[in-house]
Amino acid sequence: MSEGHSTYTPKTGIERWFDARMPLPRLIYDSFVAYPVPRNLNYMWTFGGILSIMLVAQILTGIVLAMHYASDTNLAFDSVEKIMRDVNSGWLLRYLHSNGASFFFVAVYIHIFRGLFYGSYKAPRELLWILGCIIYLLMMATGFMGYVLPWGQMSFWGATVITGFFSAIPLVGDWIQQLLLGGFAVDNPTLNRFFALHYLLPFMIAGVVVLHIWALHVVGQSNPTGIEVKSKTDTVAFTPYATIKDAFGMIVFLFIFAYFVFYLPNYLGHPDNYTVANPLKTPAHIVPEWYFLPFYAILRAITFNVGPINSKLGGVLCMFGAIAMLFLVPWLDTSKVRSAVYRPWYKVFFWLFVADAILLGWLGSQPAEGSYVFMAQMATLFYFAFFLVVMPVLGLIETPRRLPNSITEAVLEKNKGGGGHPAGATAAPETKG
Amino acid sequence: MSATDIHDPNRRDFLYVATGMAAVVGAGAVAWPFIDQMRPDASTLALASVEVDVSSLQPGSSLIVKWRGKPVVVRNRTEKEMKDGEAVNLGDLKDPIARNANLPSDAPATDANRTTPGKEAWMVMVQVCTHLGCIPLGQEGDFGGWFCPCHGSQYDTAGRIRKGPAPENMAIPVFKFISDTKILIG
Repeated sequence: MSEGHSTYTPKTGIERWFDARMPLPRLIYDSFVAYPVPRNLNYMWTFGGILSIMLVAQILTGIVLAMHYASDTNLAFDSVEKIMRDVNSGWLLRYLHSNGASFFFVAVYIHIFRGLFYGSYKAPRELLWILGCIIYLLMMATGFMGYVLPWGQMSFWGATVITGFFSAIPLVGDWIQQLLLGGFAVDNPTLNRFFALHYLLPFMIAGVVVLHIWALHVVGQSNPTGIEVKSKTDTVAFTPYATIKDAFGMIVFLFIFAYFVFYLPNYLGHPDNYTVANPLKTPAHIVPEWYFLPFYAILRAITFNVGPINSKLGGVLCMFGAIAMLFLVPWLDTSKVRSAVYRPWYKVFFWLFVADAILLGWLGSQPAEGSYVFMAQMATLFYFAFFLVVMPVLGLIETPRRLPNSITEAVLEKNKGGGGHPAGATAAPETKG
Repeated sequence: MSATDIHDPNRRDFLYVATGMAAVVGAGAVAWPFIDQMRPDASTLALASVEVDVSSLQPGSSLIVKWRGKPVVVRNRTEKEMKDGEAVNLGDLKDPIARNANLPSDAPATDANRTTPGKEAWMVMVQVCTHLGCIPLGQEGDFGGWFCPCHGSQYDTAGRIRKGPAPENMAIPVFKFISDTKILIG
């Protein structure tokens, strides 16, 4: 929490010199050493750090890949193959980058679901949550444009379908689509601008991440009980407790990541993208990258016109609406209790929502025919009902379980009952503070 | 300063407003080239027209040419395909407009309006799904016309949308027969 004034004391002459001119060491000390974190954080809280590492890794691998890549429709596909075959360690860097994108999304989805489960978006953390949503949107734009760059069949047709969304906008849709494409179809101008933007957006993400962390350090971290920090015994210092825990989380995460990079490098990709883009032939079955599949299923679920809104515009509205729901979550949830741990009914609906999101993802990977369409429509209905009906109504009618008086009480209670160590910084010394 | 303290506009006020307006117009003028450069460039816009030799097309066969970066199908339809197209009740169509660039924009989507007079066997059509721009597969789907593999839109033998998420019939470009065996598209 930021209320606590700085406890940094410069020890050496150089530190004192800096502190008087630009107190960067003080900022780092206050943010990453002395910064108090709730003592009961579990491993779900390590994904912020994991995401930071993934962003840095993506930027590093991306910059070196850009040194070997050519963003021209005649050269792009071959230049990627050249990276794979000729460039020293090129195969490793490309697999790190392509699988890194997937694992970036794995981490962000866990991070988002963590927020939804523990009510991390509730006052005073609405802005923190919205900044996170903006990062997620930027990630989606970056991931989409990055997938176009290898100029394979899925690159080309994914770009065609996704830029086609904008042609659904009444009146100005075609103009906007041509503005994005720089032509009447996906072609060289499209590839060039996507490359430029794919290079730019990660730095914009980094900028919003700084705002995200700033907002976090103003309001402080939430925690599994959802109870605000009340006294010093509720917290431990960021270093060593959170740093070590984050580091261990990162190691486990990077272990799984490395397994994919070295043993299943193409598992999350699509074989059609190893065929060079052909504007005259659509692959038999177009699918986006896995992390877009739930939204893709929602897009395809709208096969009917609703009044003046035709099925195409309806699908696009639902798809963007599905993301817009996240921005509204702080105001849709009417419950005063943050954590699902103390909300028996919300907990049930939360896990149903997780199952629904996975179901939508699976449906997005299936062809849009037969019973899949109906299932996708039902799953879409539940998706929106969770946000627009369950969240507001449940907060009014649900009886939450009794909340502990403080984080310390919750931790001690758990210690007594379970006999084992509580999740979180178990070694928190009582004498601390 | 109280709300009632109104003074006559003087030269200073005029200068403030004028400076502010100049800044807004200037910002807009500087921003426009950055947006404008994104639009299709001159080489893309240069309206290419394509001449197609269709003498080799027997009934039941088609060919595809690239026009403005998009595939245009030329199909010599079979008797059955033409009959199927004519037999459709206009009330059953999801999109009742012909979408034929050679006809007025409100022409109904009859089979005749989807083709050209005297050449009713010939479909000349931008083979791009009106949903999100995929290329539908020819002679597939429930209606024997086109089937889009992306999101399951189905078109009949005259390229009219019958089922699925696509909102419109596939577009018919400006074209004409310059001889019995040659078509000029664009």
